[in-house]
Amino acid sequence: MEKKEMREVELVIGKILRIGVIVSAIVIVLGILLFFINGGSGYADGEWPRRFGVMFQGVFQLKSYAVIMLGIFLLILTPVLRVVVSIYAFAKEHDKLYVYITTAVLIILVFAMVFGYNG
Amino acid sequence: MSSAMLLYIIIGLAAGCLGAVLGIGGGMIITPILTVMMGLDIKYAIGASIISVIATSSGSTIAYLKDDMLNLRVAMFLEIATTVGAIMGALLVGAFSSTFLYVLFGFFLLYSTYNMIRKLMSKKGEAVYTEQNSTVQKLKLADSYYDKAEQKQVDYSLKNIPGGFIMMWAAGLASGLLGIGSGAFKVIAMDTIMKMPLKPSSATSNLMMGVTAAASATVYFFNGSIKPDIAGPLAIGVLVGATIGARLMQVLKPKVIRMIFVPIIFYMGLQMVLKGFGVIA
Repeated sequence: MEKKEMREVELVIGKILRIGVIVSAIVIVLGILLFFINGGSGYADGEWPRRFGVMFQGVFQLKSYAVIMLGIFLLILTPVLRVVVSIYAFAKEHDKLYVYITTAVLIILVFAMVFGYNG
Repeated sequence: MSSAMLLYIIIGLAAGCLGAVLGIGGGMIITPILTVMMGLDIKYAIGASIISVIATSSGSTIAYLKDDMLNLRVAMFLEIATTVGAIMGALLVGAFSSTFLYVLFGFFLLYSTYNMIRKLMSKKGEAVYTEQNSTVQKLKLADSYYDKAEQKQVDYSLKNIPGGFIMMWAAGLASGLLGIGSGAFKVIAMDTIMKMPLKPSSATSNLMMGVTAAASATVYFFNGSIKPDIAGPLAIGVLVGATIGARLMQVLKPKVIRMIFVPIIFYMGLQMVLKGFGVIA
């Protein structure tokens, strides 16, 4: 693959990653603002949502800690997003070897994350 | 409450900036600050620092991709080694004595400190390796970057790919077993073992450490180690700091970056050796 095509791959990944980072940052900032607007976390002292169900319920009720946790979770997903977009970008440039390598990374990563949720 | 949040944002700014310049996650720096200075429980400090690693990685990578500073193929290829190592580490927790591992990896960092000082003193300075062996050609790992400090395009190649791959696997293993980030090991694997120039090594390490950290971050997210009032403001500070750091790194001379890197890995190495011998918690 030519250097020029590699640039395109990098620019596409960069753009998508930027969107992911900005969205998660906005959500976290909104959560922090809600903390001051609502004058509290929306939960009892020392409590915050740790599971998806409780978190999304809290987000719809505009509880500040739930919104911050959602933003943090989106931030955790940004490296995964980057790997997914890389597979697509390498495929578009017909770089088969790196489609395989990147897919292997994604599979290992997803395996580790599922392991983390259940472990 | 609000003053604590402001403090987290400021800590994040500094840590993100430094981490982006050096290609390290900064967990070994943020964790002691949060526990010693802010008096936080170690559990929440580790949770917050893993989020900072991801924020440093994603924040700086946006700029490094745009400015063509990192080597995407090297990152993807080596990520196989780090992620497999990290999973094996997580599965093997308890199988090895952590004393032995802390001492081993600690001494390795001290040895790398010595190596880097020698490189700083050498007359050859930051010589660039350009020979392409068959592995490098097959995997298309050679690349180039534009050095803003020296105002020139630098073409580079890599050597000792298997050695670097094994080092990356060990870095992943260490992060899984000891719950530490492994940015410093990644930079050393690329810079010292594979002879990649320091700037793309740092940028590529930044890209890679996010992937390694994402796997363990899910564990911390669901086991309650990540507190929103700490990790949230810290992440915002780190994102801004990493964006600044990624700009700053490009105008710094490689030698200057190395001079900042040396005391940090010395500190980290010392910290690990002392931890291993039980001198510090």
